[in-house]
Amino acid sequence: MTKTDPKRIPQTTPRQSATFSQDVNSDIRRAAATGIYDIRGGGAKRKLPTFDDLLFMGASISRYPLEGYREKCDTSVTIGGLHAENPIHLDIPITIAGMSFGALSGPAKEALGRGASAAGTSTTTGDGGMTAEERGHSNKLVYQYLPSRYGMNPDDLRRADAIEIVVGQGAKPGGGGMLLGQKISDRVAEMRNLPKGIDQRSACRHPDWTGPDDLEIKILELREITGWKVPIYVKVAGARPYYDVTLAVKAGADAVVLDGMQGGTAATQDVFIEHVGQPTLAIIRPAVQALQDLGMHRKVQLILSGGIRSGADVAKAMALGADAVAIGTAALIALGDNDPKYEAEYNALGTTAGAYDDWHEGRDPAGITTQDPELMARFDPIEGGRRLKNYLKVMTLEAQTIARACGKNHLHNLEPEDLVALTMEAAAMAQIPLAGTNWYPGKPGTSY
Amino acid sequence: MQTIDLEKTGLRETNKMLHAQAANTNQTAWEIVNAKGAHAIACGLDAPIEVTVKGSTGYYCAGMNQQATINIHGSAGPGTAENMMSGKVVVEGDASQYAGATGHGGLLVIKGNASSRCGISMKGINIVVHGNIGHMSAFMAQSGNLVVLGDAGDALGDSCYEARLFVRGMVKSLGADCEKKEMRPEHLEILRALLAEAGADAKPEEFTRYGSARNLYNFDVDNASAY
Ligand SMILES: Cc1cc2nc3c(=O)[nH]c(=O)nc-3n(C[C@H](O)[C@H](O)[C@H](O)COP(=O)(O)O)c2cc1C
Repeated sequence: MTKTDPKRIPQTTPRQSATFSQDVNSDIRRAAATGIYDIRGGGAKRKLPTFDDLLFMGASISRYPLEGYREKCDTSVTIGGLHAENPIHLDIPITIAGMSFGALSGPAKEALGRGASAAGTSTTTGDGGMTAEERGHSNKLVYQYLPSRYGMNPDDLRRADAIEIVVGQGAKPGGGGMLLGQKISDRVAEMRNLPKGIDQRSACRHPDWTGPDDLEIKILELREITGWKVPIYVKVAGARPYYDVTLAVKAGADAVVLDGMQGGTAATQDVFIEHVGQPTLAIIRPAVQALQDLGMHRKVQLILSGGIRSGADVAKAMALGADAVAIGTAALIALGDNDPKYEAEYNALGTTAGAYDDWHEGRDPAGITTQDPELMARFDPIEGGRRLKNYLKVMTLEAQTIARACGKNHLHNLEPEDLVALTMEAAAMAQIPLAGTNWYPGKPGTSY
Repeated sequence: MQTIDLEKTGLRETNKMLHAQAANTNQTAWEIVNAKGAHAIACGLDAPIEVTVKGSTGYYCAGMNQQATINIHGSAGPGTAENMMSGKVVVEGDASQYAGATGHGGLLVIKGNASSRCGISMKGINIVVHGNIGHMSAFMAQSGNLVVLGDAGDALGDSCYEARLFVRGMVKSLGADCEKKEMRPEHLEILRALLAEAGADAKPEEFTRYGSARNLYNFDVDNASAY
């Protein structure tokens, strides 16, 4: 019997487990070391079916295009005309989503106001109330009415151009807010009426109403306080879009803001961000269906958010039936968040540009998601506003480019029939035929 | 005295008339009759006027009140005087859930009992309840004073912050991070003034003070079971 020389046995290459990947193992080690779940900012980072899985077909013999630099392609939108005396008129259908003062610095809020106003759109307050910078620099400001009611007061309510009742957020449907002690400066503490330096948990549910019947009465109260002048939006997470939109409209909303799971947050548990909610692509058709079933499509506006990055995303959202979109994360990046020019500092925080999401720690090298005076001073609100304006303009031009190619003289005229889907998932979720076929997966009577 | 028949005038016109009163208005006394449980009566007022509502009110009567004095001659529905900023609201009867929720200032007096979640997330308002209060009252209460002449239900002051809770009767149970506190002279002073202003026949010395143990102010894994 010959023995195999152990040195001659071929070695297998070390193989990483797909189940216990390096990422997963690092999560386990972190949990074992700290005893607390991971908290972070941002939206879902996992790969999801997105608008990238849809394509426009463009013009052909049956659809003629519009001339790029000559023929008009309107981008304006009016929000809240159903019940409000003063609906909001926007030049572009891209709004700035609610982001709290506290999560963001005062100058960052100012920059959002400057950029949005210059581009002809609205910005939105957030948890923690309305700041003077923000009101002063925003031509159109939407005032959020949140469960925490931090800083809520009738004077600001009457100063607002619209009111947004926040029921949920895509990053954390059913979750409240979290602002950790490090970010509670004197000013933040005073606006929220809480001691400095403590962790602030914002409630997940409104303190004085539950359910759709109460919501209707709450909307009545807010309208009475503001004299029926301004529109009332209701913001819901992408949880049960058909029913949530139906109930919001029945309760009397002028507009519905629908936020998918890619949507950013200032801070919440990673497990919440990654495992609760539905992708933006999957929530829009049921929402539009609800509006159509009520005969309210285009009467109650649908504002879609969660991972909107480009004019292509805007065009696709609108083709699927949205009236406008809202952006959070993309606006922060336009302001300078996660800029590689701070790579060395991101490295010092144990991360890298693009991946930095510990916004709740208040150590943002870009000076945006912080209350630290030194870091805040790095950020120039005028320059930030200019960058945001440019970005909004580019998104608009991109959306117009696509709309003209599809022969549309208004972004609102984009329609599902302009789209095809690249994957089965996207086709099924967005109810768009798989490219090259007449097949709508999941829809009876259609075939490959 | 200006009298408004709510049924005839309608809610919008009624509130519009009240909102139209400026700080120096001569029409300082108002009476609303035929309230019949309507919602959002006299909400969003901002003038030093006195409004008496005859009958019971629905949700959010006197919501977000500033400056005005509002008397409810009946019982009050959910969210009465929610987010009040200043002024005074007096309920002669009982109050439903969330009375005085998130109030920032002013005084809410409930002559009868208050239901659950009275003073939830209160942010500076003073609330005096002559009777009992329901469960989860003063949940996440941030600041201000809640005074209860009767008993308190389950989980009083759960997760409260700096609000002061004074109860004369029994407390069925305290919520997470709420504890019995020492009654110091300044607290007796606060109580004396509030009881007088609320027309309550009780002595400050008969009350026990409760407030935050401040153990949950910053997350600590050893407290995880309390969350
Ligand atoms: C830093 C930050 C703070 C936020 N704060 C709030 C808030 O106070 N209230 C709210 O309703 N949503 C808040 N959001 C969510 C946004 O309003 C919006 O739903 C989300 O950012 C949209 O998705 P996107 O970030 O992918 O554009 C916040 C988001 C971010 C990134």
